[in-house]
Amino acid sequence: MVASREDMLREIRRPSLWQRLTVADWAWAALVVLATAGTYWVLWGVMNVYEVVITFFTAATMIGLGWHWHASRWYMAIVCLASLFAITRYPELAAAQSDFFLKYLLSSQSAIMWMSALFPAATVVYGVALFTGNDFAGRVASKLTWIAAGAGLVGLLVRWHETHLYAGGIGYIPVSNLYEVFVLFAVMTALIYLYYENAQRTRSMGFFVLLIISASIGFLLWYHFDRGAYQIEPLVPALNSYWMKIHVPTNFVGYGCFAIAAMLGVAYLIRARVSDDSPWAERLPTLKQIDEVSYRAIALGFAFFTVATILGALWAAEAWGAYWSWDPKETWALIVWLNYAAWLHLRYTKGLRGKPMAWWAIIGLFVTTFAFLGVNMFLSGLHSYGEL
Amino acid sequence: MAQSAATISTGQSRQRGQYRRSLGAIWLEFLGSMNLAITLLVVVSIASVIGTVLPQNNPYSEYLIQFGPFWFEVFRLLNLYDVYSAWWFLAILGFLVLSTGVCVSRHIPGVWREITRYRTHVREKSLLALSQHRRWRTSVDAESVEAVAETALQGYGFRTRREARGDTVVVAGMKGGATRIGYVLTHVAVVVIALGALADGNINLKLRELMGDLAVETRDLPVSQVPAASWLGPESGSFRGNVTIPEESNSGVVFLQVRDGYVVQQLPFEIYVEDFRIDHYPNGMPSSYESDLVIHDPALEEPIRQTISVNHPLTHRGHTIYQASFTDGGTALDLTGHLLDGSGQTMPIAGRVFENLRLQLGGLQRTMEIDDFQLFNVDRDPRAVERTGSRDEFRNVGPSFNFTMRDEAGQAREFHTYMAPVEIDDRWYYLHGMRESASEPFRYLHIPADANASMETFMAFHAALHDRARVERAARRAADVLLAQMGVANPELGARVADTANDMIATLVEGGFGAVNAQLEARVAGSNRPEMLLEFSRSVLQRTMFEIYREQLAARQGVELSMVQTDADQRAFFEEAMNAVSAVAEYGSPIIFEIDHFNHREATGLQITRAPGKNVVYAGSAVLVLGIFLLFYVSHRRIWAMVTPREDGGSDLLMAGINQRRPEEFEAEFADLAEAVENQLGVTGDMPGRRRKDASDSAGPTEQTD
Ligand code: HEM
Repeated sequence: MVASREDMLREIRRPSLWQRLTVADWAWAALVVLATAGTYWVLWGVMNVYEVVITFFTAATMIGLGWHWHASRWYMAIVCLASLFAITRYPELAAAQSDFFLKYLLSSQSAIMWMSALFPAATVVYGVALFTGNDFAGRVASKLTWIAAGAGLVGLLVRWHETHLYAGGIGYIPVSNLYEVFVLFAVMTALIYLYYENAQRTRSMGFFVLLIISASIGFLLWYHFDRGAYQIEPLVPALNSYWMKIHVPTNFVGYGCFAIAAMLGVAYLIRARVSDDSPWAERLPTLKQIDEVSYRAIALGFAFFTVATILGALWAAEAWGAYWSWDPKETWALIVWLNYAAWLHLRYTKGLRGKPMAWWAIIGLFVTTFAFLGVNMFLSGLHSYGEL
Repeated sequence: MAQSAATISTGQSRQRGQYRRSLGAIWLEFLGSMNLAITLLVVVSIASVIGTVLPQNNPYSEYLIQFGPFWFEVFRLLNLYDVYSAWWFLAILGFLVLSTGVCVSRHIPGVWREITRYRTHVREKSLLALSQHRRWRTSVDAESVEAVAETALQGYGFRTRREARGDTVVVAGMKGGATRIGYVLTHVAVVVIALGALADGNINLKLRELMGDLAVETRDLPVSQVPAASWLGPESGSFRGNVTIPEESNSGVVFLQVRDGYVVQQLPFEIYVEDFRIDHYPNGMPSSYESDLVIHDPALEEPIRQTISVNHPLTHRGHTIYQASFTDGGTALDLTGHLLDGSGQTMPIAGRVFENLRLQLGGLQRTMEIDDFQLFNVDRDPRAVERTGSRDEFRNVGPSFNFTMRDEAGQAREFHTYMAPVEIDDRWYYLHGMRESASEPFRYLHIPADANASMETFMAFHAALHDRARVERAARRAADVLLAQMGVANPELGARVADTANDMIATLVEGGFGAVNAQLEARVAGSNRPEMLLEFSRSVLQRTMFEIYREQLAARQGVELSMVQTDADQRAFFEEAMNAVSAVAEYGSPIIFEIDHFNHREATGLQITRAPGKNVVYAGSAVLVLGIFLLFYVSHRRIWAMVTPREDGGSDLLMAGINQRRPEEFEAEFADLAEAVENQLGVTGDMPGRRRKDASDSAGPTEQTD
């Protein structure tokens, strides 16, 4: 037994974050720092101060994420490399047709098509894993989900480059019309799900979550082929703002989380029907897991949605001259927000769990969907950009 | 999950309640109750929907048409046309905020206890009841064990407090109290934001209207004539208004929309608009709107000059000026009107956009409303497609203007006239659009441009067709030529042919080729070789016009008519001219315009706001975000170590902990900590915490830890 209290402290003390970091963690950080430095070096001339700041925080976020969630490093690294490669093949737009890699793999169109193929595939395989309880199928399914999410993000990043290849420099971050944000939605939702899959060490929720993603892919495809929505059109001046770079993605973390929570609500209702001795009992996630993840998802979603709404207000103040004008989009954002605030309180006070909360989460998704789609489709207002 | 804050407080109120239960207390209880909170949250959401499905602040006439007199009135009384400033809506909002305020203030004491009290006076029983607990029987003396436990807790970042009860010592540790603060911040922020927003609402305007010292103006008057009762002095509270200022003019007021009317808000300064610009993408879509402003403020010795654009407003004296919209500011147009009655007369016309002109055209009365002017028109360049195969090369076909022409009966037609000729399939035309109603697209009259790119040649040609004598001569020549070709030499047949030609042309300039054909069909009916006759008549008509055209050429070149040779280009022109003549008959205006000169003038639409509460709202928002993240991502943890010495000189150690928000993580942390202690003491204890892995996390029994 150690004599001095100091030695004892030294032995016992819980290692701080810095001490807990591994070589790999530092390597990752170094990599991101290098990449960021490179970015600044290449683009410094054309960046405005906001973009510089945003890039900085993006880098910080990537480092933090990589430390907290190791699997995400591979994702980020590969996506970046693939996108960079695509960009090197892109002297001008025509290359999208002539260059082999672009045509079949990396041009935003083909990348997004790959995503649109892989998510449904992943859904099916998750389904197989769920119904057969086959673990291998489960592993394949999450790999597919990773790749699909990668393809989607590459698609967006490359599209970003493509917008800049258009005549007259109409370059913009591709999160500014309904088509682009649907891709963003699919990617976000998939990534958030993968995070919880990894945290909870169960793949049994995959099928449910991937269902909603596939649904959004269905819409995306309809929108693509029926409306030719993939066409790159210049931005209306009001959208031409650095705020968009942060407002929209933040928002979609929220939407993604709420979507996941809703699908888990469905899972909950199903699981609540099967008796614990039936073979389904161990294939399906446990009620406790579902409850836990739903709460985490809605909490995360609520937090990000709050930030997004505030960012939206700041932007509105700058673009339209009022941080809040009760424009339909704003109002529906408020409705969504209040709705989940109510959910959180309900859960908190009564300690109310189970079916009512599940139902509430499911209804919540309809509210959210309306805020995100319905408003653009049915209601007019300042936000009437992402129109169908 | 996180029970304690509420349980504590409700516990509190319960105890208080047992003694005295004043009405106020009951009210507070009710206001602070979570059920009310949840109900209000839902009610507000539902109420908010109304204003999104029912378009807000439209002209009342539209609502009247939409809902009919009865419901229109009902909705008006419920203030549904401006829900978000309706008294009842504000009332619900206020209620939610009040409830939030009450709630948080009632919780604060409880929260304070939570984060300040170490709860050293725990009983062994209650510790054993916690899902996370472990006990050791050691041969080590109490002091050292206590030291180990305390160090371990501190080593894991717990703040500790030591208390001895008899010879038992309790070391109580806790960390992560910030989550409770997060709760307070979150809810306080909600209140703060609400208050800030209230300050920026139009409350003061409503009050002044109630008190009757403000009247809403509904007529469309020039500012100077708006009665004083509808004016608001400068620096009076918050507002949000709009004003349209033409280039090179200024304004010291903005208009605030109130229901179906407006009031005039004075500014403490004057805004002068030097210039307004629209930059465009290659495909003609606007890429930015910019206004060069000069602010003249008595308080400044030097006026402020600044360019604002969408997303880049200007703030002065708490007033923020935004680029909101734009319109034409009264562009001046110098036009030449060609009368189409055959007189060949032209008349100069000067007008401005939005101006109404009365025109006396020969015998006709017309009013002409100049509606709009486009500095340029961009369309996909048709040539680009076969040149480079690219679909997105664009061309600018120059300025154009829109006007509406009304006849005596008030019948109106809209016209769209281009300044410069436009190239179509390598030929150049002056385009004159016309439509009967705004719902249909413009149909364009293509007037061929002549060698020196003007409409002159065509206008002269068109006029000549009205000159009976000339037509007579031309028809005569045409007849002779044709009959000669057919080898017929018959003077009075020639005369007859000439007559036909003559009134065919009369019909053509009146009704176009359609009418001519109808006339011919009627005439050749009954005859024995109709086809041939038709054929012949048509060539006569053509030849006649061609003769007239040749006369023109002869006149221009100053040569004998017989000397005139026409090249392909001139023949093409002739073809187009014929079609144009026919089309002019359907143009529907007795006059056709050329733009000689214009002086483009735009007007910028500014939105000006004064929002004193803005910074409060922003501060509140920052606090809200901070609060929420604390609330969600910090978790409040307590661990107790209870050391009891034994006669044999050894001592027993019991460690137990509780946390609500992140049970799994806490379980792991507790296990590590216990392990650290073990290594120090060199003993292993029983660890029910591990066995009872799946004990429902919500079972963290908070009560007895008090
Ligand atoms: C717009 C109004 C409100 C908003 C946005 C809001 C937001 C929140 C959020 C996000 C949480 C965290 C929930 C969780 O930890 O799972 C929370 C917790 C809570 N809220 Fe509210 N709230 C509001 C109004 C109220 C009202 C009126 C009350 C009064 C009863 C209240 C009482 C509480 C309590 C007791 C907690 C638990 C605190 C804790 O976790 O320790 N809230 N609130």
